[in-house]
Amino acid sequence: MASSLDAHLENLRESRVWRSIFRSGSGATNLHRALSVQQNVFLHLSSVKIRKRSLAFRVTWFLGTLSLGGLLILVVTGIPLMLYYHPSVPQAYADMKDLRFVVSAGVFLRNLHRWAAHAMVLLVFAHMFKVFYRGAYRPPREFNWVVGVILLILTLLLSYTGYLLPWDQLAFWAITVGSNLLSSVPVLGAKIRFLMLGGNTVNANALLRFYVLHCVILPLMAAIFVAIHFWRIRKDGGIYAGGADSGKGKRS
Amino acid sequence: MNEDSKKQTALNDTEPSRREAFVKIGVGSICVACSGAAVFGYEFLAPNVLYEPSPVVNAGKPDRYPLGSVTQDQQSGIYIVHGSEGIYAMSAVCTHLGCLTAWQPELGIVACPCHGSKFRRDGTKIEGPAPRPLVWLKASIDDDGDLLVDRSSPLDQKQYVRT
Repeated sequence: MASSLDAHLENLRESRVWRSIFRSGSGATNLHRALSVQQNVFLHLSSVKIRKRSLAFRVTWFLGTLSLGGLLILVVTGIPLMLYYHPSVPQAYADMKDLRFVVSAGVFLRNLHRWAAHAMVLLVFAHMFKVFYRGAYRPPREFNWVVGVILLILTLLLSYTGYLLPWDQLAFWAITVGSNLLSSVPVLGAKIRFLMLGGNTVNANALLRFYVLHCVILPLMAAIFVAIHFWRIRKDGGIYAGGADSGKGKRS
Repeated sequence: MNEDSKKQTALNDTEPSRREAFVKIGVGSICVACSGAAVFGYEFLAPNVLYEPSPVVNAGKPDRYPLGSVTQDQQSGIYIVHGSEGIYAMSAVCTHLGCLTAWQPELGIVACPCHGSKFRRDGTKIEGPAPRPLVWLKASIDDDGDLLVDRSSPLDQKQYVRT
């Protein structure tokens, strides 16, 4: 049974259509394995080879991968939520209620989005602590640490902008307090607050701006910086496995 | 050194400077375009018309507010207080981070639900993180005898409404 499935898969891999998409060809040789990573637009950000011990749980606790998992869950659950949500006053609150009580599987998607958001903030912080306490931020990885800080800020901004969207009392006062904190920035504070809210109070303009930031601008920026982050892991000599063989000076 | 090679040398001398000039013009134009885009972007992002409620609130006839009363208007976020020295209007917006405070009649104080600031009925702080007392607002009587409160005009010192 298994062998006939293997044979079918092998036939599929050798078919003309498959070979036109995946040019690396099949076969369990190191060359084919390396080519299948190197020639794939998504996988080529990563190295074709990795030290076995840097895959051990102890090294990373898989926190970076888990953060990426959180991000993927948030994208996959967030897009369907957009189909039932109008970023307008007072419709936004009613839509949030509808997602919970009327739309089929709406409560599942919404809760998954919310829990994944909390989890991702937690995981990103944990990832940073892990990297910090293992010293994995040291040269040649110092730039990737900076990219990581940018990604932390983007994560927090995504979390903050998403907080307003249910348009309930908690959201309204949280954003009122948060935007008033911002206005204590010297000189420019009040102006930044005005531009961010699109007015003097948290109102329809603020809701729309936060929606666009949350659904378009910040996710795009996050995607770009995540790509740089992963690519730099390869360029900086792979995941820091610790010890004498730190990958220093090995760049591929 | 013949005539041709002299020309060649002269050309080699001038060419980099011409290239530098073009680079300067190019970089300069990009800088001008970027600053123009920044101004354009700022102008676009700052709304010219705001559909926000008017800062001036009509609080009705002053005799609605009996002596010794503190009346809160939830909608507009103001207090109308009738103290022994007269009527005055006060913002209900906490001076800490902008939450809406509430009058607590059983305690006779104003309290903020967000971070626990407490104020006396004249706005002075009792406790909490608020950096300043609650803001007194400019209030006046219009021609119809109604009390008007201007939320955009904070007062520097105590000023009672002349009735």
